[in-house]
Formats: sequence, structure tokens, C-alpha cells
Amino acid sequence: MRRRTVVVLGLVALALVAAACAPNATQSALEPKGPEAQKSYDLFVPVFWVAVVIFFVVEGLLVLFVIRYRHRKNATRIPPQVHGNTRLEIAWTILPAVILAGVAVPTIATIWDLAAKPTGDILEVNVLGHQWWWEFDYPDQQILTANELHIPTGKPVYLTLCAVGFGYGAPVPSEGGPPAPSACQGPPDQPPPAAIGASVIHSFWVPELAGTQDVVPNQTNHLTIQADVPGVYEGQCKEFCGLSHTYMKFTVVAHTPDDFQRWVAEQQAPTPVPEPGSDAAAGLEVFLSRLPSGGGCTDCHAIAGIEGPNGQPILNNGGPNLTHLMSRQCFRGCTLATTDANLRRWMEDPSAIEAGSFMPDYGLSAEQLDQLVAFLNTLE
Amino acid sequence: MASVSVPAERPGGLLRRPHATTGFWAWFTTVDHKKIGILYGITAFAFFLIGGTEALLIRVQLARPDQTFLDAAVYNELFTMHGITMVFLVVMPLSAAFFNYLLPLMIGARDVVFPRLNAFSYWAFLFAGLFIYSSWFLGGAPNGGWFGYAPNSVIDPTRGMTFYAIGLLIAGIASTVSAVNLAVTVLNMRAPGMTLFRMPVFVWMGLVVQLLLAFSLPVITIGLVELLFDRLFGTHFFDVSAGGSPVLWQHLFWLFGHPEVYILVLPAMGIVSEILPVFARKPLFGYQFVVFSGIAIGFIGFGVWAHHMFAVGLGPVANTAFAVSTMIIAIPTGVKIFNWLGTLWNGDIRFTTPMLFSIGFIAMFVIGGLSGVMHAVVPSDYQQTDTYFIVAHFHYVLFGGAIFGLFGGMYYWWPKVFGRMLSETAGKLNFWLMLIGFNMTFGPMHILGLQGMPRRIQSYPESLGLAFWNMVSTIGSFVIAISVLVFLVNAVASFRKPKQMEADPWDARTLEWATSSPPPEYNFEEIPVVHSRDDLWHRKYAETEGGRVVPVAAGGSGEGTYPDGAGHAAQDGAGHAGGHAIHMPSPSYFPVIAAAGLPVLGYGLLFGVPAVAVGLVITLAGFFGWALEPSAE
Repeated sequence: MRRRTVVVLGLVALALVAAACAPNATQSALEPKGPEAQKSYDLFVPVFWVAVVIFFVVEGLLVLFVIRYRHRKNATRIPPQVHGNTRLEIAWTILPAVILAGVAVPTIATIWDLAAKPTGDILEVNVLGHQWWWEFDYPDQQILTANELHIPTGKPVYLTLCAVGFGYGAPVPSEGGPPAPSACQGPPDQPPPAAIGASVIHSFWVPELAGTQDVVPNQTNHLTIQADVPGVYEGQCKEFCGLSHTYMKFTVVAHTPDDFQRWVAEQQAPTPVPEPGSDAAAGLEVFLSRLPSGGGCTDCHAIAGIEGPNGQPILNNGGPNLTHLMSRQCFRGCTLATTDANLRRWMEDPSAIEAGSFMPDYGLSAEQLDQLVAFLNTLE
Repeated sequence: MASVSVPAERPGGLLRRPHATTGFWAWFTTVDHKKIGILYGITAFAFFLIGGTEALLIRVQLARPDQTFLDAAVYNELFTMHGITMVFLVVMPLSAAFFNYLLPLMIGARDVVFPRLNAFSYWAFLFAGLFIYSSWFLGGAPNGGWFGYAPNSVIDPTRGMTFYAIGLLIAGIASTVSAVNLAVTVLNMRAPGMTLFRMPVFVWMGLVVQLLLAFSLPVITIGLVELLFDRLFGTHFFDVSAGGSPVLWQHLFWLFGHPEVYILVLPAMGIVSEILPVFARKPLFGYQFVVFSGIAIGFIGFGVWAHHMFAVGLGPVANTAFAVSTMIIAIPTGVKIFNWLGTLWNGDIRFTTPMLFSIGFIAMFVIGGLSGVMHAVVPSDYQQTDTYFIVAHFHYVLFGGAIFGLFGGMYYWWPKVFGRMLSETAGKLNFWLMLIGFNMTFGPMHILGLQGMPRRIQSYPESLGLAFWNMVSTIGSFVIAISVLVFLVNAVASFRKPKQMEADPWDARTLEWATSSPPPEYNFEEIPVVHSRDDLWHRKYAETEGGRVVPVAAGGSGEGTYPDGAGHAAQDGAGHAGGHAIHMPSPSYFPVIAAAGLPVLGYGLLFGVPAVAVGLVITLAGFFGWALEPSAE
């Protein structure tokens, strides 16, 4: 009977492991796709098996004693009153200490390894956590994008992570107002970001490429990620950051180096001007206008090459920069596909989709919505 | 007595002490540690049912991908309230119930050292719980997580996190007062001969927990006051735009929060250390090592808090230090487990319900401990942190550990407390359902976490491939719910049995089983004189020269029995018969009055200054009446 129990337990464990490794999980820490994630995984696996061995030893002893020393009917034996054994105590103090020391050495080595800034040919990207979306700023390439982090394969990408938004003591900055207190320090010629939403703690996690790094207001954190093969890797904000924390996802799109250069060139291409008289041109008008409520799209959204209502470049980044919006697969924390229907639904009433959304419902007419969608479609 | 010259009527009618010790209203004025223990237990169990219901709602929402059963706002309130409830309103007060009821009995005392303060602790705790729960009806429950990370907890526009801060401050007052009371009781009220190293391990764990509370609660108090001031009075402790630091909150919270984990689990370890020897019919293996490892856990527990913050960016030096300290704390924890195994070894193990829960405790706690060590491996934790792997880990510690231990304790001491036995058949059903349901619910969460499911998310898209194990987990949670229902039925049914319990139904080892079940108000007619560890056992059994254990003949030698009659009929000492000459503290109105002012004060901070004044007046009036009332009537 005991043997059968062991067999059943073993099969259950195998089934669990098999299920755990099932290939349908798309955001799994068990399938590292780059050297940084591999380092975490290479520690996880041996420690896991050490834990499994200890598990079976301790639980095995427990089951063994419970069966072996169970009370039998009519037995009147009172067991010898053993009070302890100092040698055993010393043994089971020292043995775990030795095992733990064995675990500690590679642990500490990897902590320092992961904390080091990669050297050589690297790509640097600033990651800005907003409520509830991610902004990616490529200072050397002069690219601002959102919710999709594009990287080349085979190259360490050194991320600088900051939380963006207003501090709770300060009023929401108006257009052209003071810089948000906690933004990543960009290059001096970079416009100071305005802010919407609050500056709260987020956490950047793309498990197939690296472990977690929190994004903390007023603190500049770093994380290295790297993908070995092209692909789309899913990521998600891991630190509870308010009402719609659940929907603060993102993807990392890894290209071959050539494809990456092509992507950079596309993103740097000038924004096309909509054909006069077209729906798109009307949409641009709506985009630039003051809407009846007094606000407007340009309070938060910038597009490279398009001047704001005052004739100056739009500097705001309270919402995602919309330059080449349609080159992205997703928006709204990468939880909606960039289709016409979704864009329209979103602009019609953001709060109906996202609880606590910072994007207002401007009461746009059906015609205005159509025109805006037509305009956004030109941002390829 | 006749020589007392102070006029008895001097304090006036208002301050007269109540007399009744039975009946409904006597529960409001009681200062009897046993009644207060029962009040703690019933209240905590009621909150357990509420917190469990919140958990079920969460599991229903997560049963399948992309569900809309609960919206984001309600979901955030539910996971926050589930955490607050289970930590502060269930496991802590349920442990306090055991400590209150048992510590005086186990050390041979008649009551705690400050009986009225003990009543005040209970009422303050109850009012704190009701205050926090009233938030559901007054603009929304706390929604920033039980960990309340700033600045999110400060900027949230609903009143929830203000309720959180004030409610936990009131609960903190209750716990601090109780910690001091119980620690002083253990140190000062022990019966003659009850040296520190003759104390039952449960008493030792009680002492360690009270000291942990006394040193860790001030830290969270500072954090909560800063949070409250930021929210209400425009201070900027956590506001980066004014030079504040959100990481400061994390340090304050976890410097409390990690000792808190041991505050939650050490009582259960104490309970298990009492139950295993009784049903293995052997003394606890390595008593001193169990005691010292408990003390070591309490001490090192103050040096591991930043392992909750490995991903914050404290830097490799801090992460290294806290990885090492976290691994070190696993050593005394392992020592305890091995000593429990040593206790079972060569025993005569009886599978009563308390014993099953204790064995279940060991089996489940081992899993929680091993996954805990995996978190100490920092680079591995970078992946695991804030995922369901963590949720799995701490539920194995706090449910598979603390709750299993506490359920074992309920089955074990039920006959002592209520004079009636719980059904063993129903108890075993309760245990097996809970064990299966628990592993179905929380086992799959290990996998979910590693497969990429973060904590505190309201739903997950189907594309993440997390649907199967979430469904298993939800089904498991309902199996747990059924097991709790079995317990409830068992508890209610036990009161239909006649109240005729012998003093020592389990053939136990410690002093609380030497007095009647339930014990008289004064616990012991004469304070027992203690001659050894496991004193009761040694009065029942002697060892022959060959080391064989033989029962002492019934009636025994004079030295082998207690004067108040465990297992022997004669009530000696006519003067003490029925306890008439034993002075016990009189009941008092004032603890409940003093505590009642605290939530009023809290509502004042939320809704307007006049209530602050009213609350202060009530509490101060309670304290004045308390100070001025006659010592007895």
C-alpha cells in the first residue's frame, strides 16, 4: 500500500511538472529566451530540485513515522519518554546550514552579475511607468513609443526605469507646465514631460527576458534584458498601481538586427500630412482643436512634426505619443488591438473600457470619431 | 474586613461595579480571561467566515479568463479586505483567544495580571474590526492592498485607506496593550515551581509573540500615522514632489510586516508542540531546542524585512545581506520541524482530530518553508515576486501553517473550554476536506505564478494559458468552504450534548487539564505547586528504573495529586470549597466604554471634528471611571 501511495504521488508530481511546462503559457518564467532570464532560471532549477529532495525526505519521514508508530488496537504500551538527543540536534542544525551555504554562494554571485551594467555594444532605453501604460524613450534614436518595446536580438538592452506622474502634493501641471518631478532625466534637448495620473510604484516584468524591476517614483532603477531569438514577449506591471493595474501590460518585440534598423528608420520617418479635404485632414483639425469641454487631445498626446494650436511643438506626454501609432499592434496598456473599431470605442468613452481612466470622455460626435480614426490611420 | 474604614459609598452610584458574572450583559463587563478568550475566539471566527467569503468571491472572479463578475474597484477592495481581515482580524485575534484562555491556566495562575486591561484589548480589537468593515457602507472599503504601498495608498480618492490607517491604529492599540499584559502575566504570575524552563512550549511561544508585538507594532504605528497625516493633513512623508520617500513606507511596513509573519505562525507552532506529545504519548523531543529556535526565529525575524523588497532597487549589497539573513532564519525553523518528527518517532500515535491537524500542519508548513527558501534566492525571486507563487507560499505558511494549527487547537481545547467534546467523525471529515481543498486551491498557484500570473490582477486574458489551474484552484476553495461548514455544524452540534466533561479527557500533560472542564472562574482552588515540566503527566505516570512508564496508582501518593481534584474525588479544604474565599477581580463597565470612544474618534477624523471631541470624551471618561472605581464591591 505504501508503494502504491509513492507511485501515485510520483505520477501526480510528474503530471504537475508536465502541466507546468505546458507550452501554452505565453508569459512564463519557466521558458527563458535570453541570457538574463536564463541566469534566474539557472538558479531556480537546482534550488527547486534541492527543495524537492528535502521535501521528500521530510515528508517521507513524517509519513513513515505516522504509519510505523501508529497506535494499534488494544495496545497498552506507553512509549519510552525520550526527551531529546543533542547529537541529532547539532546534526540537523549544521546540515541545513551547509546546504544553505551551498545555495547562498551562487545566489550572491548572480545578484552582483545581474546588477552590473552591461558593457560593449548595448542599446539604452528609458522606461517610464504611467498610470496605466508604459512609455519607451530611445534617447539615442530620438524615438518615443508606448506599450511596445522594440529591441534587436543578441544585444543587451539596458533599461533605465522611472515612474511618471504628478506627486500628490502638487497640482496637475497644465500644458507647458512644470516638469513632472520623477521622470527619467532625458537628454537636455528632450522636452520636459508633463504629467497626468499620479506618480506611483510600478514594476516592469517580462519573464521570458529578465526578472522583475520595480519602477519607483524619484528613484532611477536599471534592468538589463536581452532576447536571443526574434519574437513577441509578453510583459506586465507587477506592482499594484491603482484601479486599472490589471491592464498595464506591454510587449517586447525582438527583431533581427537588420529588422530592428528598419523599424528605427520607420519610426524616425516624418509624419505624413493628411490630404487636404479628406476625412483624415478633418480628423487632424479635431485633434488640434479645443473641444467643448475646454480640453483637447493635445493636452496629453504629442505627434512628431505636428505643431500644437499655439504653433509650437506639442511637448506633452500625459498620454502616449501617437507618432506612428498604427505601426503598433496594441494600445491601452497593450490590452486592445489597434483596430479602427477599438480606437473608436476607446475615444468614445474611455472610462467604459478602463476603470478610472485618465483620458476624458469629450463627448465627440460620430462624425468627429470617424474623422479622428481616419486621421490616426495615416500615422503608419 | 471589618477594619476597613473607608466609606464604601464614597465613589457614588455611577462608579459602582457590576456584580453579574452570568447572563448576556455579563459578557460586556467581564474581566475573566477565559470569557475574554471565548469572545476573542467567536469574534475572530466570525471574521474568518467573512474573510473566507471574500476569498470565494475572488476565486469566482478568477475561475475563468476575462470574467466580469466583479469590476476592478470591487475586486481591489475585496483582495485588500481579505488580507486585512485574515491577518489582523482572524489569525492574530484567534491566537489571542488561545493565549488569553490558556496562558494563565498553563502557568497555574487565576487570571492575567491586568484583567480590566485585558477586557479593554478585546473591545478595542472588536471596535477596530467593526470600524474597518463599516467602510463598506461609508464610501468604499480600503482598496490599496493590505500592504498599502504609498503613494498609491495616499492618492486614492476614496476614504478606504483612511479607514485602513485608523482601523489598524485602533487594532494596534488593542494588540500592544494585550502584548504587555500577557508578557507580564507569563513573567510574573507563574505558580510556585513553574520555572521558565518548565513552561509549556505554547507559553514560551506566547511570550515570544507578545515581545514581537511589543517591538514591531510601534514601527507600523509610525507608518500608519504618517499615512494618515499625508491623507488628512497634507503632510508629505511619502510624496516625492515634496522630498518624501515612498520606499520609507515599505521599510516601515515590512519591518513590522515580517515579524508579523512570525506573530501569526508561532502560536500555531506552540499549539502543535502541545498536541504532538499528548497524542504520541511522549514528551516533546528537544524541548530546549524548540524553545530556543522559537526565540531565534523571533529575533532574526527583525532582520529579514527587505526580502519583501528585493525588486525595489535597494542595490546588490542590501539584497545580498537580506538573502543571507533569510536563509539563516530557515535553520531554526528546520530545527523545529525535525524535533516534531523526533516527537513522533517511536511514539504511540493516536489519530484524533487535533493530532491530524497537527500532522497536517507539519506537512504543509514544510512546503511553505521550502518555497520561502526559494524566495531567498534573490535572482530567482526576481521572477517569483508579486506572482501567485508568493500567494501560494504564504498561504502554505499562514493557512497550511497557522490555520491548521489553530483548528487543531480548537479541537484539542474545545472540551476544556466548553465542557463538551466535538464529534471526532465530523472532525476527521473537516480535516480531510480541508487538507484536500487547501492543496487544490493553493498548490496550483505555484504553477500559475511561475507561468506568469501576477498578484492582485482582476482578470487575465485567455491567451496567457492560465485558465486550467485557476479553475482547479477555484474548485478547491469551495472544498475548503465545505470543510469550514462541517466545523460550524460540529461546533453547534456539540452544544446539544450534555455538559459533563472529565477534567482530562486526552490524558494530557499540562496544568490546564488539572482543573475541571470548563474551569471554575478562579481556575484552581489552590494554586498548584509545580515539580517538573509536563507536571500533570508526572503526577499520573512514574518511570520504573528500567525506563518503563507505569501509571501511578489511582489516588496516588499525596504528592502526586492536585488539591483541587483532577482525577480524584475528594474536595479538600472546606474553606475553599466552591471557591468562596478566593478573591477574583470584579467585572467592570469601563473597559468597553474606554474602547468605544476610539472608533468614534476615528469617525471624527473622517467626517468632522465634533466626533473627535465626543470620542475623546468617551475614552477619557472610561479611563477616569476605570481609575476611580472601587477595587471590588
